[in-house]
Amino acid sequence: MELINQKTKKIMEGCKERAYDAGLRFGNETLEYIVTNRDLIELTPKLMIPTMYDYWVHDVEVLKEKGRYELYPNNPYETVINTRPAISFYNDNNPDWMNVMIFYHVLAHVDFFQNNQFFRNTWDYDFTGQALSDKRMISNLRSEKGRWVDYIIEFARAIDNLVGYHNELSRYDGMAQDSITVLDYYFDVFLQKVKKVPLSEYIKEVERYNKCLGDSPSVVEQVFFADVQQRFPEFTSNYERYVSVRKDGKQDIMQYILNNSESLNRGKNKWMKSIIEVVRKTSLFFQPQIRTKIMNEGWASYWHENLFLSDDRIKGHEVDFAKLHAGIASMPRVGLNPYALGIRIFQYIEELGDKGKYSMAYDKLSNRKERNDFDASEGRGRELIYDVCRNLSDSLFIDTFVDQEFVNKHNLFVAGKKLNQSRMVWEYYVKSRKAEQYRQMLQEQLYHPPYITVDMDRNANDVLYLYHHFEQKPLVNEYISNVLLGIEFLWGGPVQLETSEVDKNTKSVGFGRSVRRTDNGNSDKERRWQRVLYTMKDRKLSRKVLT
Amino acid sequence: MEYKDKFDKSFEFLDALEQKLAADYAEHGEERDHSLPLTVDSPETSAVPGIYTGNDAQMVQKLARGNYTVQIGISTIDELLDRDRQREKDGFPRKIRVGKLFKPGRGASDSVVIVPTTVEEKLIHDSVKDPSEDGEAGGYGEGQEGEVIGEQPVRPEKGEGTGSGEGQGGSHEMESSAYDLGRILTEKFELPNLKDRGTKRALSKYTYDITDKNRGFGQVLDKKATLRKVLETNIGLGRVPEPCSIDSTNLLVSPRDKVYRVLSREKDYESQAMVFFVRDYSGSMAGKCTELVVAQHVLIYSWLLYQYAKRVETRFIVHDTEAKEVPDFYTYYNSKVAGGTQVSAAYTLVNEIVEKENLAQDYNIFLFQGTDGDDWDTVGEKALPELKKILSYASRVGISIAEHSYSAGQKTEVQKYIEDSGMLDEYADLLRMDIFHENADESRLIEGIRKLLSQEVLH
Repeated sequence: MELINQKTKKIMEGCKERAYDAGLRFGNETLEYIVTNRDLIELTPKLMIPTMYDYWVHDVEVLKEKGRYELYPNNPYETVINTRPAISFYNDNNPDWMNVMIFYHVLAHVDFFQNNQFFRNTWDYDFTGQALSDKRMISNLRSEKGRWVDYIIEFARAIDNLVGYHNELSRYDGMAQDSITVLDYYFDVFLQKVKKVPLSEYIKEVERYNKCLGDSPSVVEQVFFADVQQRFPEFTSNYERYVSVRKDGKQDIMQYILNNSESLNRGKNKWMKSIIEVVRKTSLFFQPQIRTKIMNEGWASYWHENLFLSDDRIKGHEVDFAKLHAGIASMPRVGLNPYALGIRIFQYIEELGDKGKYSMAYDKLSNRKERNDFDASEGRGRELIYDVCRNLSDSLFIDTFVDQEFVNKHNLFVAGKKLNQSRMVWEYYVKSRKAEQYRQMLQEQLYHPPYITVDMDRNANDVLYLYHHFEQKPLVNEYISNVLLGIEFLWGGPVQLETSEVDKNTKSVGFGRSVRRTDNGNSDKERRWQRVLYTMKDRKLSRKVLT
Repeated sequence: MEYKDKFDKSFEFLDALEQKLAADYAEHGEERDHSLPLTVDSPETSAVPGIYTGNDAQMVQKLARGNYTVQIGISTIDELLDRDRQREKDGFPRKIRVGKLFKPGRGASDSVVIVPTTVEEKLIHDSVKDPSEDGEAGGYGEGQEGEVIGEQPVRPEKGEGTGSGEGQGGSHEMESSAYDLGRILTEKFELPNLKDRGTKRALSKYTYDITDKNRGFGQVLDKKATLRKVLETNIGLGRVPEPCSIDSTNLLVSPRDKVYRVLSREKDYESQAMVFFVRDYSGSMAGKCTELVVAQHVLIYSWLLYQYAKRVETRFIVHDTEAKEVPDFYTYYNSKVAGGTQVSAAYTLVNEIVEKENLAQDYNIFLFQGTDGDDWDTVGEKALPELKKILSYASRVGISIAEHSYSAGQKTEVQKYIEDSGMLDEYADLLRMDIFHENADESRLIEGIRKLLSQEVLH
């Protein structure tokens, strides 16, 4: 791996100026490396971060990728990583014109990383530097603790998809309030939920507070609560308990274990905490990337197209570009290409903005011809796509802009796959051209980890109780045992997981599919769900049906 | 116990397996296919690309296969497997599986690579689908709702570039059973891998291949690919007005059109092994003894199928006073007993085959012999020199002796002359002997396999 040469760097700097003029914003310092396929294969499992900690699963991946590469030569790697300064990788035999295009692509990615709100938690520090120090720390620990370091990494990684990414993000936005004020607690919780006072009394208390505020604004709370304390001596302790539970409830599972596991907090085990923290941080760092795949690739493709075509330095390579670009941004007959979908949505949004269609006036129109002809010539397209790029994630992006007009414009449909038993073939067919179903199909494909929290009320006798908030999708059953085994190890006591599964009385048909048998022997599509409780104790898993 | 059921069924499925293979053989000539269900999914072979399959280097840079000589300075498969064994000792379930990536090619040119695989378990959503359907994907283009726009065979046809898909490799169910049995043996009893360090020949080798393509320069001009490029360019330039009558003298040849193949060194992690199964079928072997040695060989055979599929070849030899090679396992264990016993005949035949076909150079050779211990050559006068010759190239020789009840307490001829020869000590890592009573049960047989195959030097 080596830095690009001076000539190529100069090309890159030229690209930066043009990108900057077009409105992209990114830190001026960037690092570009030339890499070989070998580097790429070794970097892939580490998510292209050369300084990422070593872990044996990465070795397995490298050996597997090597094998795969022999049979199916291609290079499944990202080329730009989100860090400061931004680092990007280039294959050693790219011609200059292609590098120009890739530079624009990369710069748009960097702009996205550094401006999209969902990346807020990654803005403040140099991740590769941090990763390097983590790697050294883990390597030091490995020399002392041997293979146990890898067990801790493994167990921590088993729950690293359950990190509270959104909690973390809201903390950055200053929206999170870890503690509730006494006043809010008194009126919103204590009076209404604990004491369940009648409405008239509640209003009396509000009036009393307003009176105190008028009489002695500087010490309003002391005066007001002096009386409350007399009436409800338990109020303060209730409030404190509520705050502590609420704070714990805001923690993700990893944080909760870190803070509350007696085993981890014992002197001889404290080293494990730093490893878990590294795994948690790393996961949080990559969360935004996976949640913005369509936008990120769409944004980069949009800009490489626009900037490349207006770049005078590439004259004579328009056809090469057209061919390459078509390969990137063409829609597959069946399948999803985030580059193609993303760029089309951004272009669609730009058109909405330019014609003033992103407005109430347009939405109110129901006449098809009027809608077609609508053009308020607002010219706000660029502004609108910048707004979208800065503020949305894939899920919101799809929900907001994939409408029927977009689906029709690009001839999109939901492709179904059904079995033709007589010919033993899978048939792909046009299932629906409705925007709603297309959106739903896209949403189904997006990254969405299950919502599992620590249930504070049911934690008892050292048992950690995990509650799966059910969203009509069961967990992958065969993984539960090993994950709970890992959590038990970290927690240092029994672990329970409450989740939902298809009722046993419903007959299972094929892998991952269940239907209920009806009396006449036919199957229908109804499923009956039941809550079940898995318990991992002394490395043994048991299961109990709750309802 | 699970393996016991499997064991009981082993004869049934081997029977069926051999018949099926024989039928395949009759139908396809040489194309006997021992492919196993794939254990590794290849996204490249998946019919429908998803949102997270593409990425910049693949989509934007279109990185083609380059000079690929990865010598990874990280753990090898063996080291990873050692680690996995340690996991079990530490009280955690094992996580690494040795899998195969398989790419069908034309004729017998299928490529297989052996790779380790593992799964990082997490709590993630499972999909709940309608049984008559198999998921949804995005689509683009013409077509009315309900219209079928394409199809894909449920079972990939031979030679087709599709890989595992969603567990669809079920066309070899017989072997799946053998595979399962082998897997159970491997997992439960820690049977060693053939490519162990204890073996004589390293199973990694370098091949020099000119599969890599490069435009502009290289070692060997790929004429077909170059002509395509030349034609592409000239069509692009409008110099080919009539596709049917191309005037080749008029074509422009750009240096970029020349496609070369580049010689590159590639390391193959493969296990090329030749296993000889040798069985005494003399008169004294009737009944229990034959059943036992064959049963043990069934287990070894299953395990080999599991572990090595396309990378292992098996040869079957039966002998009384003379030895002959039989074509398959079916004949091997069904051949009727007759005649006296001359173990050396079998050894000699093995040596002849190895020499004639020059097998020692290309293969790791393993030999498993089953006998009741009778030998007319009571002191091993002829057998021992031949055995010694075998040990000069073999990676492991495992001799199973099923003792008759009537000879209990006395050493059989074979046992005696092998022990007396001192070879068991001299070739402790190559030669193993397992002696069991004719009333031995399955677990005893499996215990015996451990002895025959284990890496540790046993005393």
